[in-house]
Amino acid sequence: MIQVLYFARLREALGKSSESIALPAGVRDLEGLRALLIARGGAWEQELAPSKPVRAAVNQAMAIGDTTVADGDEVAFFPPVTGG
Amino acid sequence: MKSDRGLARKPATQNDPRERGGLITYHLSLITHFKVTVRIQSADFDVSAEINALRRNDPKVGAVASFVGVVRDVNDGGNVAQMTLEHYPGMTEKAIEEIIGQAKGRWQVLDALVVHRVGTLQPTDQIVLVIVTSGHRGDAFAACEFIMDYLKTRAPFWKKEQGGEGARWVEARATDDIAAERWRLKG
Repeated sequence: MIQVLYFARLREALGKSSESIALPAGVRDLEGLRALLIARGGAWEQELAPSKPVRAAVNQAMAIGDTTVADGDEVAFFPPVTGG
Repeated sequence: MKSDRGLARKPATQNDPRERGGLITYHLSLITHFKVTVRIQSADFDVSAEINALRRNDPKVGAVASFVGVVRDVNDGGNVAQMTLEHYPGMTEKAIEEIIGQAKGRWQVLDALVVHRVGTLQPTDQIVLVIVTSGHRGDAFAACEFIMDYLKTRAPFWKKEQGGEGARWVEARATDDIAAERWRLKG
């Protein structure tokens, strides 16, 4: 299982702030996980579309598409940051 | 109180704690060697009290640079009645600690503090505080601006504004990316 967190506009649009996901065989990186979520359709397909400026972190460090995702990891998806 | 200021002046490449152990050792050593200070809070902060606490009457401090970010009543042409700041507990602190660590590797920094507020804020409220102490103003100014520029593009915070036209998530600005990017050309 991995823990997936959603923040800000994504959290609102997807209707949840976190969930546990059992990684199917074949999903090994961030891009694979994003594709798995997009396949849910609806808001997932819309909000996580490749054209959307979605950022991600694996185990609380900024990550990109080929970053490995494995059992026990904490993955987060969020919009570009706007603090300060 | 034990002073570790001598250690803070070492180049970051020397005695890299990552050589000696895992992630826990690394984070502990950041805290003990570099005295990294990051606070995320909903409460307001007192700039003068924070500066005094960071200086602690240390005679090695010759310069204190500080930056305070404040909520405006207008953004991108729309009125802002209030805003809500959200963050990623755990990662936000780590990201800012890393930014401060980078600043300490590039400039002569004695101490640095970042306080960032979350929750609901109104125009004129203080949002963020950066303080850097150094022997000289050049290092203090540069490190303070670097920390703020990197925080804007790398620390996970998100603003949602409420105004006359309803609520909207603030879009990231290209100018913030440019501001952070220009530090790559220096040093």
